[in-house]
Amino acid sequence: MSDKEIRAHQEIYRRALIDAFVKLDPRRMARNPVMFVVQVGSALTTILGVQAMLGQGEAPAAFIGAISIWLWFTVLFANFSEALAEGRGKAQAETLRRARRDTQAKKLKKPQRDASFELAPSAALRKDDTFLVEPGDLIPADGEVIEGIASVDESAVTGESAPVIRESGGDRSAVTGGTRVLSDWLIVRVTANPGEGFIDRMIGLVEGAKRQKTPNEIALNILLAAFTIIFLGVCVTLLPFSIYSVQSAGAGTPITITVLVALLVCLIPTTIGGLLSAIGIAGMDRLIRRNVIALSGRAVEAAGDVDVLLLDKTGTITLGNRQAVEFISVNGGNGTELAQAAQLSSLADETPEGRSIVVLAKEKYGLRGRSVSAGGETQDGMTFIPFTAQTRMSGVNFNGTEIRKGAPDTMLSLIRNQGRHVPMDLERAVENIARHGGTPLVVVRNGDALGVIHLKDIVKGGIRERFAQLRKMGIKTVMITGDNPLTAAAIAAEAGVDDFLAQATPETKLKLIREYQAGGRLIAMTGDGTNDAPALAQADVAVAMNTGTQPAREAANMIDLDSNPTKLIDIVEIGKQLLMTRGALATFSIANDVAKYFAIIPAAFATTYPALQALNFMGLATPHSAVLSAVIFNALIIVALIPLALRGVPYRPVGAAQLLRDNLLIYGVGGIIAPFIGIKVIDVILVVLRLV
Amino acid sequence: MTTFGVLQIALYLVALVLLVKPLGAFMADVYESKRTFLDPVLRPVERVIYRACGVSPDQEMAWKTYAVALLVFNFLGLGVVYAIQRVQGFLPFNPAGQGAVAPDGAWNVAVSFATNTNWQNYGGETTLSYLAQMLALTVQNFVSAATGMAILVAIVRGFTRTPSPAQRRREGVGVGNFWIDLTRSTLYILLPLSIALALVLVSQGVVQTFNPYVTANLVQATKDANGNAVAQQVIAVGPAASQIAIKQLGTNGGGFFNANSAHPFENPTPFSDFLEMLSILLIPAALCYTFGKMIGDTRQGWAILAAMLIIFVVFLAVAVWAESSANPALTKLGVDQIASETQGGGNMEGKEVRFGIANSALWATATTSASNGSVNAMHDSFMPLGGLVALVMMHLGEVVFGGVGSGLYGMFAFVIVAVFVAGLMVGRTPEYLGKKIEVYEMKMAALVILIMPLVVLFFTALAVVLDAGKASILNPGAHGFSEILYAFSSMGNNNGSAFAGLSVNTPFYNVLGGIAMLVARYWLAIPMLAIAGSLARKKQVPVSTGTLPTHTPLFIGWLVAIILIVGALNFFPALSLGPIVEQLLLVK
Repeated sequence: MSDKEIRAHQEIYRRALIDAFVKLDPRRMARNPVMFVVQVGSALTTILGVQAMLGQGEAPAAFIGAISIWLWFTVLFANFSEALAEGRGKAQAETLRRARRDTQAKKLKKPQRDASFELAPSAALRKDDTFLVEPGDLIPADGEVIEGIASVDESAVTGESAPVIRESGGDRSAVTGGTRVLSDWLIVRVTANPGEGFIDRMIGLVEGAKRQKTPNEIALNILLAAFTIIFLGVCVTLLPFSIYSVQSAGAGTPITITVLVALLVCLIPTTIGGLLSAIGIAGMDRLIRRNVIALSGRAVEAAGDVDVLLLDKTGTITLGNRQAVEFISVNGGNGTELAQAAQLSSLADETPEGRSIVVLAKEKYGLRGRSVSAGGETQDGMTFIPFTAQTRMSGVNFNGTEIRKGAPDTMLSLIRNQGRHVPMDLERAVENIARHGGTPLVVVRNGDALGVIHLKDIVKGGIRERFAQLRKMGIKTVMITGDNPLTAAAIAAEAGVDDFLAQATPETKLKLIREYQAGGRLIAMTGDGTNDAPALAQADVAVAMNTGTQPAREAANMIDLDSNPTKLIDIVEIGKQLLMTRGALATFSIANDVAKYFAIIPAAFATTYPALQALNFMGLATPHSAVLSAVIFNALIIVALIPLALRGVPYRPVGAAQLLRDNLLIYGVGGIIAPFIGIKVIDVILVVLRLV
Repeated sequence: MTTFGVLQIALYLVALVLLVKPLGAFMADVYESKRTFLDPVLRPVERVIYRACGVSPDQEMAWKTYAVALLVFNFLGLGVVYAIQRVQGFLPFNPAGQGAVAPDGAWNVAVSFATNTNWQNYGGETTLSYLAQMLALTVQNFVSAATGMAILVAIVRGFTRTPSPAQRRREGVGVGNFWIDLTRSTLYILLPLSIALALVLVSQGVVQTFNPYVTANLVQATKDANGNAVAQQVIAVGPAASQIAIKQLGTNGGGFFNANSAHPFENPTPFSDFLEMLSILLIPAALCYTFGKMIGDTRQGWAILAAMLIIFVVFLAVAVWAESSANPALTKLGVDQIASETQGGGNMEGKEVRFGIANSALWATATTSASNGSVNAMHDSFMPLGGLVALVMMHLGEVVFGGVGSGLYGMFAFVIVAVFVAGLMVGRTPEYLGKKIEVYEMKMAALVILIMPLVVLFFTALAVVLDAGKASILNPGAHGFSEILYAFSSMGNNNGSAFAGLSVNTPFYNVLGGIAMLVARYWLAIPMLAIAGSLARKKQVPVSTGTLPTHTPLFIGWLVAIILIVGALNFFPALSLGPIVEQLLLVK
């Protein structure tokens, strides 16, 4: 870590410490029933402590004071965890705010380059206003390019320093407020009012201010509130029970309010209650760190539930381009001759496919590509024929030799037109390649078929393993492609996806999503084009590429700033991790109660029923040390678990049964055992330090 | 514990498990209106009933309608029971000339029988006429049990319904028809089983007669409390067998006689004892299979049954061990309590010699685990740990077997909590049987698990604070506390068994107990029906390897842990001041 980073880190901690106190505002605390109860308990014991200092206490002032202090710590630790989680987001939001500040917009009277403009503050821009941006200008608001083309530095939003091209029409027409134009100019129509723009939403989300509780979080909160109410009942009724017991046993004194409050705080699920909002914020933050902006918390949670991933073939499953993988000579010709012809015809071909043919010829047959001038002319009189829509072939002419390559149907008619016969094995080779999902390119020299180049989609390395993991997680992968079914099937088989949609259109995509949803499944997909928008809007988790169009970005509920379609898989994992962390800590919290009962109950009734000491398995020194140890453990465990809450429970792609077993072992069984050890250790330390 | 005792318990458990599948499958057929072997006889009767009552058998009810129907029906029943008790003196079949029951007592009994609690603040043979026993109590024994079963099948339908999108948008998807479920439960399940059991019981010596009480000359004359010579004894009889069969089968538990199934005319022989014990758990256990069959995955039913059995067997072992061991207080006096050829040994106080330790402990555990509440031994005289077992079985919320129907649907609340936390732990929105468990379900399940501990604890607290409550305590000290805790645990869980040692027929206990019973019954049933209504509207999520399996040993173990931690731990402080400290003081 650099000095700067360390300083930023220290700053986050410093602010979190201050915020932990600021967050004590009871109006804020009341939103979290569990911690609110702790706060009320802390206040109550403080009053009892003061009363004890004045000489009328129900117990020694030192004991009540110690309990009170640790109860306040419990509340502060919980607040600290939340503040810490918000810290990173706040730092990021600050940078974003700075980027946006003081922007002057060149507001156009008419949406034309030569129209006059007036300088207006960005806050004055309204939806459908138009403005001009020129090199060096900050784009004042989110909008849609209606004229012009320019390179834009979007690093303020994406962190990516390479400039991107923005132009009117097509899939790259959306611009984001706060980014900077590097060259050329744009006329932009505003699509969001001030305070509703993309950066505003981002600031709101990373700060956690606008964070709304997600459905699962609300459900968990209800469960925790129910436990809190039950334990409140348990502790409140314990006072009359104790009074009755004292009367009937004729010994001892009733349980003190201090011990009742201590018992209550130990029993209610403070561990999960205190860390719950930190877990939620940290989950959002993990997405942001991977450059994904979730526009709603609900979407993050839904990501964990996704059953089906719709993945675009190109870019996600395969590398963007097809590559030559094989030369198949026909009609008794030899491979070298074919490779040479293929290479010659591709020398001026700057497409990735063309280049891959040159590379393959070099690698397989040791043929070196010759240098070619940009004009398509070489010193030895070669003339290159580029691919056109009319001829649907490309090639080269030299020394009276004509080499052509192209799609099979075009080339077959070329051969036939020249009166040559089509070799039997040519058609067979072509068919064979097509059947394996490849694209055949036929090479012809002077009307004679030399052979076929096998172009193939290259499946990304490691993607097959990724899909196997997803399958283990119970997630189905569906490849979406415009290819014909034969090609699609071959690639699907090679990549190991579960299903595919060939010759996909926006309509068939939408239909597929609806079908899956009708079957009760949750769908995630990525998209960037305007024609993806309906499907994105229908999908449960929809990730739009940041390079995508405005409609696509609006239809989505997450935006990937890196525009990397493979990231959908990461998003699913983050969603699952978020839920798992909540579940694991809730289990831990509830399991903790067993030990706390055994610590406090014998201590609470020590004077009335000394026989209950038999339940003091842990051998805690005195009733006061027992109660205090339990309270201290309860507070410290929150601090101890903050890193886990922020980092999340590690997720491994295994089936639900195994996940449950592992987590139950760690957080369930561990949650029962840990407090027995922890409380005993704290008790020993208290005794050694002579604090009790 | 004797080998013979262990064998009897093993025989009991084997017989129970063997009966689960045939009876469970039969009940599933009944609720799915499939053809059963009873159809030739009962179908015409059923049709007549529907025609007479104007019920159209095809009409589905949304959950709210279903709930209203059952509430109206139950409260009408409550009113009838109250009225009959108040006017029984003017009605026929009253050879003993019983007069009107006091208003607070009648209220408590009416609530008690309508809610399937059958807490008895009265002695049957000294309070009620034959007519009241039959028309008021026995009728409620049937319909309160049938109500529980009806609610259960409505909830099970909530899991199985897969509505169309159009139906989902509408407010209510049907969960069945209350009148049909009520009628079929009674007609096809409870009546045939009761008739068969009643006949067998009569063969063992259980009385069934309209004759007046029998007066017998004493073989050996004695004196009463005032020193007057007594030469005759009045022996109570009546139409007992018909009521006893359903009281066992319908988890009612309200005895015909005050001594309940410890009375020789209610439970004369070891064989009748075995059948009556079997009847306690029979329907609650078999309903697990019915549930599995109705949702099309019997493994789910077996899993829940397994969780129930695990908890049951563990606590049964504690109870049998506690009762088999000698009472230290008697050991100090030199009393021989060791099991031998000539005696059963153990703590025989308050137990019938014809049943012994094993059958008394087994009955006590069964009757409190199912919310039956009948007794064949006096729980108040159990060792503190034996009494603790009975208390804990009730504190679990009557979900280990529990009442017919109500036990399983109460269990669903725990399953929902277990599934929710476990579901989070595997990183998915929790789902059970393909239905997502969301905010609404959690709210309702929270209401269900919340209310019981609060009612039991607060009412107990009231009783130990107020003089009206404390005045009824017959045993001072920790045991007195156990008695009050037991009374409200029993009423607050619709169990109905009594610890005794507490004079409960006072306005304080009658009124408060009545409220506890009403809350325990309907505060549970209505939210669970609401869950059914909500689940019925939901899509079915297909199963994948990412789905949390809910039939594995791991999940069963987790469910058991949730029931014990969420259910029983709440009562640990209270139990510490009652049976736990009693036990510790006893062995000290």
